[in-house]
Amino acid sequence: MDFSYTHLDALENQSIYILREAYRKFKRLAMLWSVGKDSSVMLWLLRKAFFGHIPIPCVHVDTSYKIPEMIAFRDRLAKEWGINLIVGQNRAVLDRGETFPNGRITRVECCSFLKKDALQAIIEEKDYQAVIVGIRRDEEGTRAKERYFSPRDKNFEWNFKDQPPELWDQFKTDFDAGTHIRVHPLLHWTEVNVWEYIGRENIPVVDLYFSKDGMRYRSLGCAPCTKPVQSRARTVAEIIEELRDTKIAERSTRAQDQEAEDAFERLRASGYM
Amino acid sequence: MSTLESQPNSSAHALRIVIVGHVDHGKSTLVGRLLHDTGSLPDGKFEQIQAVCRRRGMPFEWAFLLDALQAERDQNITIDVSQIWFRSATRSYVIIDAPGHKEFLKNMVTGAANADAALLLIAANEGVQEQSKRHAYLLSMLGVSQVIVLINKMDLVDYSKSVYYRIEADYRDFLAKLGIQPLRFVPITARDGVNLIAPPNDVVKWYSGPTLLRALDELTPPAPEAEGPLRFAVQDVYRFDERRIVAGRIESGTIRVGDDIVFSPNNKTSRVASIERWNAPIKDSASAGESIGIILAEQIFVERGHIGSLETQTPIETNRFRARLFWMGTRPLSTGRRYKLKLLTQEIECQLVSVDRVIDATSLDTVSGLRLSVARNEVAEVTIQARSSLVMDNHDKVAASGRFVIVDDQNVAGGGIIFGGTYVNRGRIRSTNIFWSEGTIDHRIRVERNGHRGMVVWLTGLSGSGKSTLARALETNLFNRHMQVYVLDGDNIRHGLNSNLGFSAEDRVENIRRVAEVAKLMADSGLIVITSFISPYRLDRARAREVILSASVEFIEAYVAAPLQVCELRDPKKLYKRARAGEIKNFTGIDDPYEVPENPEITVHTDRESVKESVERLLDFLIPRLQLDVAEYEI
Repeated sequence: MDFSYTHLDALENQSIYILREAYRKFKRLAMLWSVGKDSSVMLWLLRKAFFGHIPIPCVHVDTSYKIPEMIAFRDRLAKEWGINLIVGQNRAVLDRGETFPNGRITRVECCSFLKKDALQAIIEEKDYQAVIVGIRRDEEGTRAKERYFSPRDKNFEWNFKDQPPELWDQFKTDFDAGTHIRVHPLLHWTEVNVWEYIGRENIPVVDLYFSKDGMRYRSLGCAPCTKPVQSRARTVAEIIEELRDTKIAERSTRAQDQEAEDAFERLRASGYM
Repeated sequence: MSTLESQPNSSAHALRIVIVGHVDHGKSTLVGRLLHDTGSLPDGKFEQIQAVCRRRGMPFEWAFLLDALQAERDQNITIDVSQIWFRSATRSYVIIDAPGHKEFLKNMVTGAANADAALLLIAANEGVQEQSKRHAYLLSMLGVSQVIVLINKMDLVDYSKSVYYRIEADYRDFLAKLGIQPLRFVPITARDGVNLIAPPNDVVKWYSGPTLLRALDELTPPAPEAEGPLRFAVQDVYRFDERRIVAGRIESGTIRVGDDIVFSPNNKTSRVASIERWNAPIKDSASAGESIGIILAEQIFVERGHIGSLETQTPIETNRFRARLFWMGTRPLSTGRRYKLKLLTQEIECQLVSVDRVIDATSLDTVSGLRLSVARNEVAEVTIQARSSLVMDNHDKVAASGRFVIVDDQNVAGGGIIFGGTYVNRGRIRSTNIFWSEGTIDHRIRVERNGHRGMVVWLTGLSGSGKSTLARALETNLFNRHMQVYVLDGDNIRHGLNSNLGFSAEDRVENIRRVAEVAKLMADSGLIVITSFISPYRLDRARAREVILSASVEFIEAYVAAPLQVCELRDPKKLYKRARAGEIKNFTGIDDPYEVPENPEITVHTDRESVKESVERLLDFLIPRLQLDVAEYEI
């Protein structure tokens, strides 16, 4: 064979398989587009799975505090790739000014209102049965326990203590009415894999990931709660090189995770991505 | 947050490892020590545990490392550590589902089914134990073929070479029966780090093999089965643009542009016009593991669930098959209940026909006699009937299409692997529904379709001994197992076929001869025939046996025994009464002899057993004989 099957091919093929299963199983399916690097990879994989098309709507939950470059990137890509972009926002909370940047609530509460509740509202409004989310097992302890097809109850709660067995690529696809499903096609990828794939496929990502004045963002979120790290990595290759030697966790720059030891677990159990 | 789960920053594929073994054989200690020795622990964690142990006045305990990682979480939500990463000089590893989980089987199955390799741990001081065997059995079912056996706690047996080799020999024997050939046996003392990372030291002078980490580095990530028979599982058919693309994954083998592909189960054939990918190098073939699309030259009907193969290597197509299965459901797997079966992209309603053996995973023996259900955590050989044809392979031929899961009430509750199926050479099939190109339908083909053998079960015994009752009960039971079964008795033979016969000695001989001939024809056509006649003479029964065997059909003489006094007391048709009164002549037992069978295949005693007990004993005897040959499987 003139072609070697690399670990990236294996990851890609597995993700495509999962996306196609989800598309077949759920008539009302959407992708959660965070505009981060993992989302870019997911959009790319959707186009791979569906031969150049993105046949499902992509939901972006706009907290209004996103770093401006992210919104510009989002709108450009939506236009270029013909993405059916759905923007969700918790207008009520924003209008009342009950946010962390306004000093009225904690970071975790703010995340809960502006991201989790906004997502829940748009899912209910559009009546999506399932949402594709680009989380990975290596990101964080609770995500390590996830499944590719992960049910949430009608209150969006996740019962991580009793999860369906997943073997031989047979996923749980039968649910009670009202159950909401999260589909995780990147679950088996690592942060480095994501960058390797971005490099190989030349996938566009927000410039914020690349070093500028000795700083770059490793994980993207809301401006007030996301900090850049010191870095000289200005290309994908340099990022991969940098990640090989890092001892710092990917989400360590996301302040909401750090408020309590289990802050992220609580957010996730109650419906966060 | 400093967690162990966040350090997999190596570019190559992390090899996924599952660690199994008997309770207290040192799984947690191994993981703790491994993390420390490979430098994979968060800073300060080791010192923290050291301090805790000192405070409690106890020796350092490696297993605490895992406990500590969990215990430090908020008490309201306890998350188990389920992926632990560590690195060798050459690559990274991830340990899936660390030990100590409550829902062990369910999680082990999820973990092991996705693992590239397994570490089987055995404590040298205790040797091979129940779970050492049970876990190995599950690994073999789940298809984890790369196994390294660690014989741990060698310090407790003073690094005895003889103890080590005895355990190795024991376990090697057991694993061989499962078809597992361990890549390595490594003597270790996890607590002291002996033979984990550092090169073999003076402690184990007689051992010259690799350390654990070296043994791990020898493993190869399993490659997709590009060489096997082509199996293309159709996921969907897309028409996003002018193209009609059949999308799916190559589960085995290689597909090439220009190949003629048969899509089972409807057996339509078309040529591959092109292989579709997006933003990928153009290539006119695709191999196992690839999620691709194909465009067909002919417009044939193809849908999700269809399996594409080459005409020369078609899969098995059947609605009835045998499998080895493990059950995780809260409710037992039972006959009479409907389930959903998922095999590749096929989803079909199915039922359990019979539990052929419940397997004791530790001895590989059959656990008990006849069963109608499989309980949680049990492993069994079963026969399954699907509502319509399923496309499959024997697991040892093509793993991906030889395994399935069973969904009970929305939940994946069991998994199984298929064995013993027969491949029919379908020759060249041209878009027709003709299944066999040859016109002759022989006994074997009938048997295959029925899923069981034809057979004659010849019940003999006195009037009133219980033949009819047993015949009907047996018929009902076999029928409910989806078997083709029919009872011949006085009611349906005497009134028609044999209406010209009386009860003279000659007529009785002729009566039995005709019954035997009819039974032979019916059994040859694939049925299970139960005959229910007194058939009192040995010679007649011997002739019947001869007639039946001449058609290569098995003849089971079943003696329904009950003392004359008991039968006379029962006297359901008041025949004994009339015979005693002289109204009936030549009545067996009264004025005509009953010649007790000298060597029946089975005897049931209806005076001492309930009907249920007799039927169960008969079924116990019959079911294995009705099943198709499975000689190729040893366990």
